[in-house]
Amino acid sequence: MPTITIDGVAYEVEAGRNLLESCLSLGLDLPYFCWHPAMGSIGACRQCAVVQYQNAEDNRGRIVMGCMTPVTDGAIFSLSGDKARHFREAIVESLMLNHPHDCPVCAEGGECHLQDMTVMVGHRDRHYRGRKNTHRNQYLGPLINHEMNRCITCYRCTRYYRDYAGGTDLAAMAAHDHIYFGRHQEGVLQSEFAGNLVEVCPTGVFTDKSLVHDYTRKWDLQSAPSVCTACAVGCNTIPGERYGRLKRVHNRFNAEVNGYFLCDRGRFGAGFVNSDRALEFPGLREADGRYRALDHHDALHRMMDSCAAGKVAGIGSPRASVEANYLLRLLAGTDNFAPGFSDAEQDLVNLALRLQQQSAAVTPDIRTIESADAVLVLGEDVTNTAPRIALALRQSVRNKAYEMAAGLRLETWQDAAIRNLAQQQRSPLFIAAVADTPLDDVATRRLSLAPEGIAALGQAVAAGISGAASATPGSTSGEAVDIVAALARASRPLVIAGTGCGSAAVLQAAAEVANALCSSGRQAMLCLCVPEANSLGQAMLAGPKAPNLGALEERARAGEIDTLVVLENDLYRRGNSAGIDALLAECRNVIVLDGLDNATTSAATLVLPAANFAESEGTLVSLEGRAQRYYPLFQPREERRPSWVWLLACMKELERPDVHSLHHFDDITRACAADIPALAGITAAAPDLHYLNLGVKIPRQPSRYSGRTAMRANISVHEPKQREDEETPLAFTMEGLNRSQPGALLPWVWSPGWNSNQSLHKFQTHAGGPLKGGTAGVRLLHPGAAGGHRISDITAPATAAASAAPDLWQLVPRPRIFGSDELSALSPGLAELVVPGFIELSPADAGRLGVATGDGVDVGDGIATLEVRVNATMTTGCAGYSAGFAGSGNLAPLARVTLQRAANWQRRPQLIGSDRGNGSGSSHV
Amino acid sequence: MLKSLTSQLRTIWTILQHSFTKAETVQYPEQMPYLAPRYRGRIVLTNDPDGQERCVACNLCAVACPVDCIALQQGVKEDGRWYPEFFRINFSRCIMCGMCEEACPTNAIQLTPDFEMCEYDRSNMVYEKEHLQIAGTGKYHDYNFYRVSGLAIAGKDKGQAQHEAPPIDVKSLLP
Repeated sequence: MPTITIDGVAYEVEAGRNLLESCLSLGLDLPYFCWHPAMGSIGACRQCAVVQYQNAEDNRGRIVMGCMTPVTDGAIFSLSGDKARHFREAIVESLMLNHPHDCPVCAEGGECHLQDMTVMVGHRDRHYRGRKNTHRNQYLGPLINHEMNRCITCYRCTRYYRDYAGGTDLAAMAAHDHIYFGRHQEGVLQSEFAGNLVEVCPTGVFTDKSLVHDYTRKWDLQSAPSVCTACAVGCNTIPGERYGRLKRVHNRFNAEVNGYFLCDRGRFGAGFVNSDRALEFPGLREADGRYRALDHHDALHRMMDSCAAGKVAGIGSPRASVEANYLLRLLAGTDNFAPGFSDAEQDLVNLALRLQQQSAAVTPDIRTIESADAVLVLGEDVTNTAPRIALALRQSVRNKAYEMAAGLRLETWQDAAIRNLAQQQRSPLFIAAVADTPLDDVATRRLSLAPEGIAALGQAVAAGISGAASATPGSTSGEAVDIVAALARASRPLVIAGTGCGSAAVLQAAAEVANALCSSGRQAMLCLCVPEANSLGQAMLAGPKAPNLGALEERARAGEIDTLVVLENDLYRRGNSAGIDALLAECRNVIVLDGLDNATTSAATLVLPAANFAESEGTLVSLEGRAQRYYPLFQPREERRPSWVWLLACMKELERPDVHSLHHFDDITRACAADIPALAGITAAAPDLHYLNLGVKIPRQPSRYSGRTAMRANISVHEPKQREDEETPLAFTMEGLNRSQPGALLPWVWSPGWNSNQSLHKFQTHAGGPLKGGTAGVRLLHPGAAGGHRISDITAPATAAASAAPDLWQLVPRPRIFGSDELSALSPGLAELVVPGFIELSPADAGRLGVATGDGVDVGDGIATLEVRVNATMTTGCAGYSAGFAGSGNLAPLARVTLQRAANWQRRPQLIGSDRGNGSGSSHV
Repeated sequence: MLKSLTSQLRTIWTILQHSFTKAETVQYPEQMPYLAPRYRGRIVLTNDPDGQERCVACNLCAVACPVDCIALQQGVKEDGRWYPEFFRINFSRCIMCGMCEEACPTNAIQLTPDFEMCEYDRSNMVYEKEHLQIAGTGKYHDYNFYRVSGLAIAGKDKGQAQHEAPPIDVKSLLP
């Protein structure tokens, strides 16, 4: 480790880092703008200037940029030298020349890196007397607000948006002091990761639009460590609350999962928490079919009576916590508990879990995915099903560049140099999908294949790698040979598949490829995507023998179910509506616990309002098998209670012996861990409620939280005692210590002098490194433990083997990032971006049916009517449908259906670009 | 002995002298004391010279308040102005320290020489925006935040604030 001298003090620093990183890691405050730990250095802003001396005799020194200076043994620097200090102050002054007087009306104020750095360098008086440059703003969509006047031209936005996230529609435009960061014309930012601009921009150019219109300063937000529930990746988040409303979601750093970035579904998709469809009171269906609100005692007794009277069945939910599902499983009994997937999905998720448990390949976290040097994606459109993985894949293709850089002994943080060196050369990424995917622009090749074709390709690749190429027909195809060659050259190959294309054969083929790679001695990785936040946990809990919805329907028809308890699950999204109607109608009592009003609550006899992720605690198991805990950030309104509270109270009333010793949330977690071997690790996901940080709890409120004696003074001027949190190690106060606790308990980041999210480095072992308290979550999958089972021994569930008749189309899911997830699609900002349900057809198929984009098409025997989109990349014979959308609930993946032009179809009016901006005149001036 | 006797006599003499000085106390409430305009009493919210409300709901008063007795929620008006959707001061907690006035970047919140706020019911000490807002500009007559700020609002476009150049035409290559 090199030793460097800074201001006369010798420090040991880590080799291979730049001086700025090293200073921050040492706890020395050096201002900066353009450097970002995930994006490296380009030396654009000139803010991190320090003096470097040639040797001990040199007393003049020269100014160098910290972020562009490698640390070498014996180097001598000065941070506090006058020369460097004046230089840095002058830089901030010049950056502030055109900065508007906006802080009071800026959504970045109070967490602004520019404010922090200005204070840090001591710049106070503006000497320039000229006029300020101004710019016109652009409408950038419903999620992001643009205020170009505030720009300090650090280039972080375009470096993030173009270089890191692969977007093309945000750029630096014009020349000299006319420089402008925006789109070529107003319009919605196209990248699925545009929301990170809010956190990447060091000042208020890009801000969260929903926050701007319902604003709360960072210091006033009550927040808790949480986990994104919008997909199965399990990104760590920090949602913030004020006055009982969720205000925004920020990224919570987790070195192994999301790092510094979230996708837009996660960042902007939590708005459903504030929905006016939220249920606040229990409801009982009266004889006349209307609902009557109950108080919670009455509701609980009715639930208890129903559960005591007859045979109970339970339907869990892959979007509810492990604990709530476990309690329902206890209540209903193992044989009467359906995990709540659709029938097809249940088989697929179980298979994905089996394959991951049995495979010799590593189940990668996102940081490991970024390290892959060759990737094969089979059937899964990860940008739309597990978006954060797509962002990681965009980094993985850069490993070629890093390889080339290593050859020239360039440091990895030399961002511009490495990009110039590699140009368009990328590590191999092969995608086989039914149609185009947003990752195509960085893919070596994208193949349009039907699901069977994808599976066959996977088998061929596996055979090719095992060297049995000649034995398998079809493996001689050019594509398979290329893929085999690329994977064989790689040292860390990655295979990605998932439930997203609906085919078990594809999952199996992916596992075969990974196993073949492992057998040939490579450190192969296998990532199998599952659909929802707790899908994998649900498969672990319910086990492969659990009944599915179809089985429950049969039992209900046979009169074997009196009371059906449905946990946080809209069943009409899980199966065809006729079957669900029958299931719900055949049960005498249908008790539904859910947070928002939906079709299933409407069909229930008793509805209990369940708290959502922001109001309750729970454990979720992500697609990599990582159990993570989320915590409530505020108290639920009215009679809303966490599902586990309802279920536990009901079972206590029933005097069930198995819940005798369960009192707290942690008791349920422990009982579940003891009961279910696959979930044995979940107790280690986060500390239990007795955890104290140096004798005190961890505060949810920052130390400057304001308005405590006035917030509820309109209700009563007498201030109640702060509510004590009896279930978690966090407190609903500003008292406590937010320092050096485990990473799973980080409620906000702030450090004196560092009000923005850039204060994160104070919580990391070194700038950009893992959190001091350790990485949040615990891995439940231990790959390779089974010692490389033969994957072909695992039998895939039989898929409907309908013959490929020429007048039938195979339905293939085409999930969308905005719309396919149930709850995030209800969030106000995202809802604007959700397109109506659709059927994608190849031009040939569209021609056969005589339809064009915008026409309607009837699917099957009147099970759905959807809008046609002609997609030139769509595999002929396949019909891609908008999976998870309203109106496509009756469609099952891989089913073969008839299509015909809809007779009475009203084409939607065409929306042109200029229509969008008109309604929101004030927002884009 | 002599020294301490002198000291006591001198003290008595000094006190006796006060019998002939003018009293500082007044017969309140019959006689009202003079309070300077910058006296720190009841808090008001003021309007800018154009008659629009000055408060932009920046929350600086709330965070500066040492007893946390100010709570508000920001909103955005049709014309682009930020404003407080509600603004509440719990005067039963307020210590009239004036920190909110010092923190206010728009001169909206001001303390007035009125201190007579006696109530039988504490809940009457909770003032909402309609109780706080006055029609005038208060002590500062000329300041209008939106004339200085870069935020565009209806009637003041980009480039029309003080010391601002007209918006840049991005498509121009001229210097």
